[in-house]
Amino acid sequence: MVRFSGKSVYKGITIGSVVLLDKAGCQVKRGKAEDKDAETARVRAAIEQAKEQLGSLYDKALKEVGEASAAIFEVHQMMLEDEDYLESIDNIIRTENVNAEYAVAITGDNFAEMFAGMDDDYMRARAADVKDISNRLVNNLYGHEEIDFHAMEPSIIVADDLTPSETVQMDKEKILAFVTVHGSTNSHTAILARMMNIPALVGVPVELDRIQNGMTAVVDGFSAEVIFEPTEEVCVKTQERIREEKEKNLLLEDMKGRETVTQGGREVKLYANIGSVSDVGYVLENDAAGIGLFRSEFLYLGRSDFPAEEEQFQAYRQVVQTMAGKKVIIRTLDIGADKQADYFNLGKEDNPALGYRAIRICLKQPDVFKTQLRALLRASVYGNLSIMYPMIISADEVRKIHCIVKEVQQELEEQEIPYTLPEQGIMIETPAAVMVSDDLAELVDFFSIGTNDLTQYTLAIDRQNERLDDFYNPHHKAVLKMIRMVVDNAHKHGKWAGICGELGADIDLTEEFVRMGVDELSVSPSMVLRLRKRIREIAF
Amino acid sequence: MKNFNYVIKDEVGIHARPAGILVKEAKKYRSRIVIMKDGKKAEATKLMALMGLGVKCGDEIMVEVSGEDEDTASREIRTFFEKNL
Repeated sequence: MVRFSGKSVYKGITIGSVVLLDKAGCQVKRGKAEDKDAETARVRAAIEQAKEQLGSLYDKALKEVGEASAAIFEVHQMMLEDEDYLESIDNIIRTENVNAEYAVAITGDNFAEMFAGMDDDYMRARAADVKDISNRLVNNLYGHEEIDFHAMEPSIIVADDLTPSETVQMDKEKILAFVTVHGSTNSHTAILARMMNIPALVGVPVELDRIQNGMTAVVDGFSAEVIFEPTEEVCVKTQERIREEKEKNLLLEDMKGRETVTQGGREVKLYANIGSVSDVGYVLENDAAGIGLFRSEFLYLGRSDFPAEEEQFQAYRQVVQTMAGKKVIIRTLDIGADKQADYFNLGKEDNPALGYRAIRICLKQPDVFKTQLRALLRASVYGNLSIMYPMIISADEVRKIHCIVKEVQQELEEQEIPYTLPEQGIMIETPAAVMVSDDLAELVDFFSIGTNDLTQYTLAIDRQNERLDDFYNPHHKAVLKMIRMVVDNAHKHGKWAGICGELGADIDLTEEFVRMGVDELSVSPSMVLRLRKRIREIAF
Repeated sequence: MKNFNYVIKDEVGIHARPAGILVKEAKKYRSRIVIMKDGKKAEATKLMALMGLGVKCGDEIMVEVSGEDEDTASREIRTFFEKNL
């Protein structure tokens, strides 16, 4: 039995078997080739293995998502047969006298660079494919097992760290808990865990070499502990506590179907935050009155090319239809900073959080933006959709967005494609937006305060840096003052203001927010009933 | 040696999948098949080099076929282009 402690992001408890996501493959080490022929033979074997893997991925994708999405695996197979690619790997092994892993990684980088330098968006995106097949080969060479999320039993995911594009690809039904060595309590793994109602620990100093797939582990979000290979006694106790937790959650069920009003009769719109179409189930299950933040990034992450208008339209339409007239606020793409997709080719930045991201990408690459807007305006016909723009710092940006929306409307009209113009609001997540919120309120239909970014920018604390977690005071007076200012300015112009950051789910602040006049709170689906209970107790 | 010119009609050009199918087709023949565009060359049996040409819709390419089965190869490859690209 081994115990490790970390920081808990969701209070829950579970027991299950471990799946280790080891990403050593990303850090390829250069080594000397003892036997060059043996190294080239290893490459051949890794390629054969990769082709088999891709073949079964193709078959599965064909069955589950259709031909168009499956084709990418066929292309990957063909790329693995490319003579130039193979020759380059052999050449590097022979001339530089290095190990197969290193030769593959260098070749992958070189070819990816070639595509990245082309003047055609489609071809530029192929850089991600070359990187993808090269990573697959490196993993095969290192003997890392590929985890098949569809085939695995519900498990506890243990990893060094997880990127949003990795979590996007996971089958949520199969995850019991997350344990990561890195990552802060504000990371996207944390957000995902809260959404899914599962225990998660970050910043846990697990020695990953000692962990094996299939080990049993207990993840306790209350004591922020993970226990590998627990004794029989611990297992029995854990089962007992899992039962108790279930009973407590049942009590919250009583809150379903009730109104979210204070004792004094003030109504608060209680919405949920989601990140994919399948999350809509959690929203309905927890009886939220709508979706206050639908992160559209899921459409862009974990793939190798831009999603087409039709694919986006289908996804948005499905959500608004399923929500049957309830409000669905969709945030336009918020790529950049910690959310990266290779085919965007955003490049390295010294300060990604202050960099080329979100609305800035949309305004600089209007084609990408327009595709999403067309899909949103078309889907709006099918229900109560609103659009929300992230990372706004000035009224000028909002005016530019309005111009682009106008152009999209004209195009749709000319093409006689049915659409409606939804309500449009903005995220208030920069101190600049707070300071000019009086001007902004005139231009938009609503404000939604993104407290995670607003806090990081106001306190000058990088939320991806776990060493700063101790300095990160989410209740900082500066942030609360800003929220009050934003709400006042919205009301002055007859607009509504809500909170969609993690702070909105903070039970200790709920009363203060309600007294400030916050009209809407959008939180993880798992927090909806708890928050409703809290709001109904407020005397105001 | 045989050669012919062809203007690409497929709206995305020689992108990944058709390039892959072209490679498969080209490998059927013993002749060396070279695709040329704006002075750049790529052998039709090499997928990434082919994609690297960046051939788009409306671009004119020249196809050069040389080898013992060049008559059949040239004819079949031409039909292939007309059908697929």
